[in-house]
Amino acid sequence: MTIYNQIGANRRGTWLLMILFVIFVAGIVDLIALALGGSYITGIVVLIVAGGFVTMSYYAAPSMVLGISQAREVKADENPDLYNIVENLCIGSGLPMPKVYIINDTAPNAFATGRDPQHATVVVTSGLLQKLDKLELEGVIAHELSHVKNYDIRLMALVVVLVGLVALAADFMLRFTWFGSGRRASNRGRGEGLAGAIILIAALVAAILAPLAAQLIKLAISRGREYLADASGALLTRYPEGLARALEKISADREPLEVANKATAHLYIANPLKGHESWANNLFSTHPPIGERIRRLRAM
Amino acid sequence: MSAALWVVIGIVAIVALIAIFVWSLYNGLVTSRMQVRESWSGIDVQLKRRSSLIPNLVETVKGYAAHEREVFENVTKARAALMNAGDAKSAAEANNQLTGTLKTLFAVAENYPQLRASDNFMQLQKELSDIEAKIAFARQFYNGNVMSYNTKIQVFPNVLLARSFGFTPADFFAATEVERADVKVSFEKKSA
Repeated sequence: MTIYNQIGANRRGTWLLMILFVIFVAGIVDLIALALGGSYITGIVVLIVAGGFVTMSYYAAPSMVLGISQAREVKADENPDLYNIVENLCIGSGLPMPKVYIINDTAPNAFATGRDPQHATVVVTSGLLQKLDKLELEGVIAHELSHVKNYDIRLMALVVVLVGLVALAADFMLRFTWFGSGRRASNRGRGEGLAGAIILIAALVAAILAPLAAQLIKLAISRGREYLADASGALLTRYPEGLARALEKISADREPLEVANKATAHLYIANPLKGHESWANNLFSTHPPIGERIRRLRAM
Repeated sequence: MSAALWVVIGIVAIVALIAIFVWSLYNGLVTSRMQVRESWSGIDVQLKRRSSLIPNLVETVKGYAAHEREVFENVTKARAALMNAGDAKSAAEANNQLTGTLKTLFAVAENYPQLRASDNFMQLQKELSDIEAKIAFARQFYNGNVMSYNTKIQVFPNVLLARSFGFTPADFFAATEVERADVKVSFEKKSA
């Protein structure tokens, strides 16, 4: 596939996934609300409350993430080479200049955060600066800037909220059924006997499986956006080989990134929690397998 | 409700749809053209930065190689041409000329090890090379916008309306023969 085809296909894929996801979440929440004897109103209230939480995290998240990761800001004169690379790529993509941060860790990795291009931050580790040459570093930074340009951070925040919503609703469902309030539902005369029982069973199954399904969908979206950022970044540098070599070097480095944990792992360019690559692991991974990413880059 | 009424409603609906289409098409083209112009000014900024460095560079080299008059003249002429250039096309050509003369200037500087070692020269060389990179990226962004805009005014059905609205294709900032030709470097000592 050409670079342009890859980008287009990726964007359409994400839209499709998001629409299906929203329908899925709305369906689950309503199903559970019905089974518990509530009404559609319950679902709407939950959505509004969750929306409130996401709005708060939307604004606070970048500083929290940077704090957890122990990153420090660099100015133009502190690291002119890095600053120049970011500046040049911003000129090439029409983005405003983001803040640039460094994490003091020898493990090579990078991430970007920020709700839109005007409030973005790009972070690299000191290990990345040491181990990569200029073209490879450009490839990595172009990938991160593409995340900013494609509003991936905003997208993933939305997805995380939806996943949380499903988990909340499922949790609700299981607690109420355990304490036998299914009786309350039938006392109100909702669901004549068999229909009521079917809804109840369906909701129970959903409550157990839905959070898992939601996680899988979220991870599928995350992997798709990683491919998109690879392709967009390659279009920006006009040199996919740079990022391909960088990914090879990063994956060859077996050292885990100390400041990363499960909460922030999805942001990084390569999975910082080093583990074994297997079929099951790939399904649960926030990042596509590095071998496949390199193959697609070299096929452009 | 009579059939005539339905026909009237149908016609009104169709006209409304066409009107909305034309409206959004026009706005889309205006936005695209604005993006082309804005990204052109992005290139212009970098070209001006380079132009302002050049007198300093010429003076530094003159300090060590005063007799290479022809080279200095070419650089100065090309710089003046670029500063006078009006539209994208002539600016692109003037820029390519200037790049060529600068290449010759740096090739000549290779003959003078004292010049090459001087801090001033090295600093200027570094700044110039960074500005060249920025010009390259600005060109890339501009050409991307030009491609998008030119495509928009040429696809069907936009092509039917674009010309009557006054949207003409934009020029790419392209390399010309001067830039594509190899630079010939000669190390023969010229007589003073």
